[in-house]
Amino acid sequence: MSIPLLSTLIFFPVLGGLSLLVVPRQQTATIRLMALLISLIELVLCLPVVLLFDKTTYLMQFREHLPWIKALNINYSLGIDGISILFLLLTGLIIVLSILVSWESITTKVQEFFVALLLLEGMMMGVFCATDFFLFYIFWEAMLIPMFLIIGVWGGPNRIYATVKFFLYTLVGSLLMLVGIILLYFKGGQTFDIIKLAGQAYPLKLQLLLFWAFFAAFAVKVPMWPVHTWLPDAHTEAPAAGSVILAGVLIKMGAYGFLRFSLPILPDATQQMLLPMLILSVIAIVYGAIICLAQTDLKRLIAYSSVSHMGFVTLGLFALNQHGLEGGILQMINHGIVTGALFLAIGMVYERTHTREIAAYGGLASIMPIFSGFFLLFTLAAVGLPGTNGFIGEFLILLGGFERLPWTAVVAASGLILGAWYMLWLYQRIFFNGVKEGMRDLVELNLREILTLVPMALLIIWIGLYPNALLSFLHVSVSHLLDQVNGIGLAGMALPIQP
Amino acid sequence: MISTVTVNWADVGPILPELLLISIGVLLIGLDLFSPRQRQILPWLTVVGCLTALAMIMGSRPSISFGGMFLTDGFSVFFKSICLVGVILTTLMSEHFRRIIAMPQGEYYSLLVFSAVGMLIMASAGDLMVLYLGLELMALPVYALVGLHKKENRTSEAAIKYFLMGGFASALLLFGMSLVYGLTGTTDIGRIGELINSLHLTNNPALLAALSLLLAGFCFKVAVAPFHLWTPDVYEGAPTVVTAFMSVGPKVAGFAIFSRVLFFGLPQLHDHWGPVLAVLALLTMAVGNITALCQQSLKRMLAYSAIAHAGYALLGLLAGTTEGISATMTYLFIYMFMNMGAFAILMLLATPGQPHESIEDCKGLAARSPIAAALMLVFLFSLTGIPPTAGFIGKFYLLKAAFAAGYTMTVVGAVLFSAISAYFYLRVVRYMYMTDPQQNSTLQYSPGMIVALGLCLIGVVGLGLFPGSLLDWAARALL
Repeated sequence: MSIPLLSTLIFFPVLGGLSLLVVPRQQTATIRLMALLISLIELVLCLPVVLLFDKTTYLMQFREHLPWIKALNINYSLGIDGISILFLLLTGLIIVLSILVSWESITTKVQEFFVALLLLEGMMMGVFCATDFFLFYIFWEAMLIPMFLIIGVWGGPNRIYATVKFFLYTLVGSLLMLVGIILLYFKGGQTFDIIKLAGQAYPLKLQLLLFWAFFAAFAVKVPMWPVHTWLPDAHTEAPAAGSVILAGVLIKMGAYGFLRFSLPILPDATQQMLLPMLILSVIAIVYGAIICLAQTDLKRLIAYSSVSHMGFVTLGLFALNQHGLEGGILQMINHGIVTGALFLAIGMVYERTHTREIAAYGGLASIMPIFSGFFLLFTLAAVGLPGTNGFIGEFLILLGGFERLPWTAVVAASGLILGAWYMLWLYQRIFFNGVKEGMRDLVELNLREILTLVPMALLIIWIGLYPNALLSFLHVSVSHLLDQVNGIGLAGMALPIQP
Repeated sequence: MISTVTVNWADVGPILPELLLISIGVLLIGLDLFSPRQRQILPWLTVVGCLTALAMIMGSRPSISFGGMFLTDGFSVFFKSICLVGVILTTLMSEHFRRIIAMPQGEYYSLLVFSAVGMLIMASAGDLMVLYLGLELMALPVYALVGLHKKENRTSEAAIKYFLMGGFASALLLFGMSLVYGLTGTTDIGRIGELINSLHLTNNPALLAALSLLLAGFCFKVAVAPFHLWTPDVYEGAPTVVTAFMSVGPKVAGFAIFSRVLFFGLPQLHDHWGPVLAVLALLTMAVGNITALCQQSLKRMLAYSAIAHAGYALLGLLAGTTEGISATMTYLFIYMFMNMGAFAILMLLATPGQPHESIEDCKGLAARSPIAAALMLVFLFSLTGIPPTAGFIGKFYLLKAAFAAGYTMTVVGAVLFSAISAYFYLRVVRYMYMTDPQQNSTLQYSPGMIVALGLCLIGVVGLGLFPGSLLDWAARALL
């Protein structure tokens, strides 16, 4: 490998973000433009990774390996497989869009905002590329700092409460995982290399202990019921860009953690804990959906719908079959796109009305027709209408769930009905029902805003019609993961890593 | 043994750095007295003196001098380096702080240097007597430093309190040492261990009493709960720059003798002191972190945070392994940078006549001075232990060492308390970044302060990203 592509993906936005500090702080236009440019280049940099990616192997690709802390056998080692590659793209895209959506809505401390955003991008890329558990943890935790600031400095009225809650929830979970990582380090032959760690058999008791230690970190991040309570607050109070990143990428990391660590390293514990995990997922689906019906706050409603949708994702993952896993991963991407798009749209309308109260809205369809068209598409995708990407993911998950435990699919399907209920009802209240006072003078979307929403709309339809574009990346890696969980892959895992 | 020592010129080599510093200390007083107009060079002279001593120490070869009383080994070199860097940082900050609180310059710097000599002797002590000598030489100047700002009442209170408590702790320590001497007939730390074995003293009640007294004395010195009660008042009362110094220098030197005696002198008793220290470490973290939650004064909060960090540092020592000791050493090295850095920002906030020590005074610091706020942010996240700062690496290494030694529950406790600590460190970040400023005056930086902050930043970020050489050094120091 001549060019370290993955390192470039990680450090380009970091360096780019730091280079913004050189620009005088008054020149906000320059800063915005530079930030957009950097994020666009970063997105373009993802392309060679996608084009050169070999879909026929489950082995880690684009590997980079440098000794970092020799005394503790910690390496700077990166690599991606079919599971992680899609998230790189998603991260790249989401950041571009969140920069666009912040164009006019962020007016104070503009420089700091974009620096934080780009640093965050670098850290998120690192999370998806790291193949050393310690390195993963570094990125995982470092991400908290910019996110803490983004919510806390540029968020809504109750932002400080929300951001501290977010930080503490995540930190407690992560620290418990840290203890688990140290334990694993000693039991797994003094290494943090996740491929070596996955290639060993651990006693069941140890696996269970580690499973719950990792669960603490990942379940908070997903967030699974009952540790989801930070999410509505964080989502609601974060600025539009923050909500988009939270929904688009950040909460996917919990599920990614399960995929990357819990499943392959702790297969026996995963099998044992299947039922509790499925139950928690189903509770999240139904509970999240019911709570949505009672919300009066626009962003809070979408936040709870995230809890419900992420319940689908974990249901798919812990169905532990090809359909469920592929559906779960695809649904993570879909949810990132759809919920990201919804938060983008809400951010745009909030900029005009400065209220998140659903009751204050009404009749927007006649005032902002283009906006209502976009919102309708996003709503339908969130509901899972056939032809949109949401349908494919949810269908695969229900299929997987049915193959594993039929009743989970039955209960989960009720979440779909509730989903259609709260989303369509929301749409009705905002866009129909006669024009409300104060809504009459709203301005239609401008070109920048339309351009922000178009990629999301295209992706929703494209994945809905041709899901194989994404699924083809997953097949080999997912079936290998399944082999690992089912204990078949142990011999295969011991293979030397390709140079 | 003392009677067998005659003046052997070969013995003088290893103590040259100490002799140099003593002469610098005398020179500082002399300059202050006879050339009062050149007072502004005093801090720089101190820095140069300490740097020279540091270079000499780094270049020294391992040796045992004065019949085993003075050891120059990797362990002592490491601790001496921390202490000297700590003194250098303090001096650089003092150069700024003298604009805030006028303290007699000559006395101030020479007391600092004499205290440094005491710390160096503590780090090198191979004998209980030398150890005590170093301890007192370190402590007496610090008592005076605390009370040097005579015009303020709480400073005098702090000085008296520190002096009485310190004296009490020394007495406990001496009592413990005398019991050890009575049982083994030697004060040589290396020989004590051998004699405990050959005389089968491992479970001797008198020895255990001696151990408890020694532990109590050491815990007083490094402010481990429940012997920490003096710390918040003294730290709050002392001039901020002295507080910064106390929270690092004497504490690090205290850990040097703590480790020297327990790990090198009484390793056979690890079954006794390991669990006790585990309980004390947890208690210390609990007291430090939980009490810090409800502080209104930033200075007092940092005092409690310093207590909590003593608890973390204990994690390595209580493991009783080589890895554990090197983890403690690494942590103290990192802790120096992040803690000094946080205190430096506190000093920047102060203006003449107005200490500005409350957390409220951080309000809107990001708007008043983005650089100071960003630096404080880095130091606070490092104190919390969030990667990629050095604080995380240090804490990780400690947890790993304690884990390897089997103290699983202690590790889990430490992790939970460090999650609690996030709340009060973040509170400062919140005030700095998420509220509007109450005043609009910009901060004044002096050259010394800029250098000190730069060093702290390099320490916290550099060691966070590239901790390899520090870890290697700490591991090598114990070979």
